[in-house]
Amino acid sequence: MRILEGKKVVKHFGGLAAVHNVDFVINQGEVVGLIGPNGAGKTTLFNLISGALSVNSGVISFKDEEISGLKPHQICRKGVARTFQSVKIFPHIPVLGNVLLGSMFGKPSGMSSAAAAREANKLLDFVGLSAVKSTPAKDLTLANQKRLEVARALATKPKLLLLDELIAGLNPTETAEAMELVKKIRGKGITIIMIEHVMKAIMSICDRIMVLHHGEKIAEGTPKEITTSKKVIEVYLGE
Amino acid sequence: MNIVSVISHRSFLLGLLGLILVLLATLPLFRASTYTLLLLTAIFMYIVLTVSWVIFSGPTGYISLAPAAFFGVGIYTAAVLGKVLPLPVVIGIGALASFCLALLVGALTLRLRGIYFAIFTFGLVVLIQQVLLWWEIVKTHTRGRFVIVVDNTTIYYVMLVILVLLLLTAYSIRRSKYGLALQSIGEDEEAAAHTGINVTALKTITFAMSAFFVGAAGAIMATKWTYIDPYIAFNPLFSFMPVLMAIFGGMGQFFGPVLGAVIFAYLEEVLITKFPYYYMLIFGLILVIVMLYLPGGLAGLVQKWWKGGLERRNANT
Amino acid sequence: MLEVNNIDTFYGKVQALWDVSLKIDKGEIVALVGANGAGKTTLLNTISGLLCPVSGTAKFLNKRIDGLPPHSIVELGMSHVPESRRLFPDMTVRENLEMGAYLLRAWKQKEETLAQVYELFPSLKERKGQLARTLSGGEQQMLAMGRGLMSRPKLCMLDEPSNGLSPLLVIEIFDIIQGLRDRGIAILLIEQNVRQTLEIADRAYVLENGRIVSKGKSKKLLQNDHIKKAYLGL
Repeated sequence: MRILEGKKVVKHFGGLAAVHNVDFVINQGEVVGLIGPNGAGKTTLFNLISGALSVNSGVISFKDEEISGLKPHQICRKGVARTFQSVKIFPHIPVLGNVLLGSMFGKPSGMSSAAAAREANKLLDFVGLSAVKSTPAKDLTLANQKRLEVARALATKPKLLLLDELIAGLNPTETAEAMELVKKIRGKGITIIMIEHVMKAIMSICDRIMVLHHGEKIAEGTPKEITTSKKVIEVYLGE
Repeated sequence: MNIVSVISHRSFLLGLLGLILVLLATLPLFRASTYTLLLLTAIFMYIVLTVSWVIFSGPTGYISLAPAAFFGVGIYTAAVLGKVLPLPVVIGIGALASFCLALLVGALTLRLRGIYFAIFTFGLVVLIQQVLLWWEIVKTHTRGRFVIVVDNTTIYYVMLVILVLLLLTAYSIRRSKYGLALQSIGEDEEAAAHTGINVTALKTITFAMSAFFVGAAGAIMATKWTYIDPYIAFNPLFSFMPVLMAIFGGMGQFFGPVLGAVIFAYLEEVLITKFPYYYMLIFGLILVIVMLYLPGGLAGLVQKWWKGGLERRNANT
Repeated sequence: MLEVNNIDTFYGKVQALWDVSLKIDKGEIVALVGANGAGKTTLLNTISGLLCPVSGTAKFLNKRIDGLPPHSIVELGMSHVPESRRLFPDMTVRENLEMGAYLLRAWKQKEETLAQVYELFPSLKERKGQLARTLSGGEQQMLAMGRGLMSRPKLCMLDEPSNGLSPLLVIEIFDIIQGLRDRGIAILLIEQNVRQTLEIADRAYVLENGRIVSKGKSKKLLQNDHIKKAYLGL
């Protein structure tokens, strides 16, 4: 089933075409990698899907319902959640509070505060942050802050999760842990799109990969196909 | 068992608050002097201005300089409708009018960043002032209005009621999920929106709620001044005072603004009577010294003492 | 060129660095490797003057620098490109670069240095009128590095320059770093990307929990069992 679809999506900033006529289809349950050189428009595309930016033309639909033009909180409540490249946690609010906000506001129907608290605690367990739940978010290590962002996103009960450079800045051990977490999330039936530069991670977990360059989709296929594509090697992978 | 461990007991605090409330409520019955009533009324007014400002500007970080506009709306409502409608209705309408104005202004300006929002809200005060001035001079050929006279005891009680309602409202917002949501808006508005929080609606409604109480306070205070004109009603000083009092008292805490307002109001009173020519100067000096040495405001100082007491208590157990 | 001896650095009451010593000679690329939270950024901040060590000394070109304010250290010829980039978001690419040449000595040669930086990073030249906050993550990383070079430093300290860059760009950045070394600029390089870093570095130090646990020529470290397991995922 198609969970997310984009048709001829266009976004410019002044004269610069950040995303140009991009079509894409994401099927439920997939883990799709989104790669491309810096400035190719990957985060911009995420911003268009999540509602942080509005499209200039084209349509983005989630579960056959048009979401392009809706506000971020509305799109979130419909079941699309995301993390940010520059980890945007709420620094002075304790870890539990960060996740609670997701449980309390991220769903279309209300929830009692006791139930929300229970859920938030369960999520902290799921990502491995129970030990630090009263710590202000700014005092966490980078790896933990990224886990917190994921937990907060999961608290909004998404069907689709957008991960923007989850692995950037993590060492090999932390990277392996992050990949395990992504696999666990996929195990819950959540569809995932991930922007990444660490090819090893992309290869190990993605079913499909899309490649953007200068705002256009230049390639799409299985990890094997992408890593052997001449075009992709030329503009992105090197060697 | 030291004094801090006694005071920090919840029931003790509640009991103390209840006692203060009863005392204040029955004060006029003890034949308190007019001076005391007026002083307390002024202190209540300052607390209302400060706490209602902190409800919105505290957690979100949007510095609003609009209180004077909402205060003035309340004042003018009392002036225009005071002779025609009973007092409680007039106050209610004053509060509602401010509420609606804030909704309108909020919807238009809350997308402006930081300093622009502050400047716009300040401009609002001057704008309304000048529009009313023009109206009065050109359309009605009058300057200023008389307001109905109300006795001091009534004014005292009305102000006390407004204050108590405000404190209850502020407390319940702070403890509810909306209080946490407001804080998250102040920390990272984009992330808050992506967590499902309707940022625009929450900001606008909170802004309007804070305006509601300011409008009510304006409506009742007008009856104390009896004659008002656009300059008296829309005085920018009433926009700066809440900000100063909140910073002076300490913005992070709940009782910080209350402490700031009480001390500020009393200090002003004392200084005006003792040093009528220099009081502003001394005031300013005190403010500068407090800001230099107590960045957390007075409440920050109290918190340090509190924490010290708790540590000693924990060490002894 | 740079000599750090027995540095202890604290954050308030918490000790972050214990007895750390390292040195960098002219024309070297020295790598500083370690897990997140090991203290690499703390060490860099101590050297560049943002933090003051509680004990130990630091010398740059034979002058004592521990305790000096950061701007004096920059004047001596040291440049620090921080991990969080710290760009000026509402200034253009060109303006950010110009700010890097703030010192009088560097300002006089601003146009020449600017041309050199544009040559190294052509996509910065393309975007020179764009506001820094509208750049993509990787472009911001390049801008931060370019700005660090504008002060015409003798020693450049880079904190995770490859963070968020595409594989192709990482190769280019590492080429650029080698190019800088060939031009006589010494480099202190912090990286997560341990393998590629050790391949271009002459020597390396390994920091764990605030202490130097290994050091030596990078070729030797690449063979070290502990390094292989902990940092190369082998």
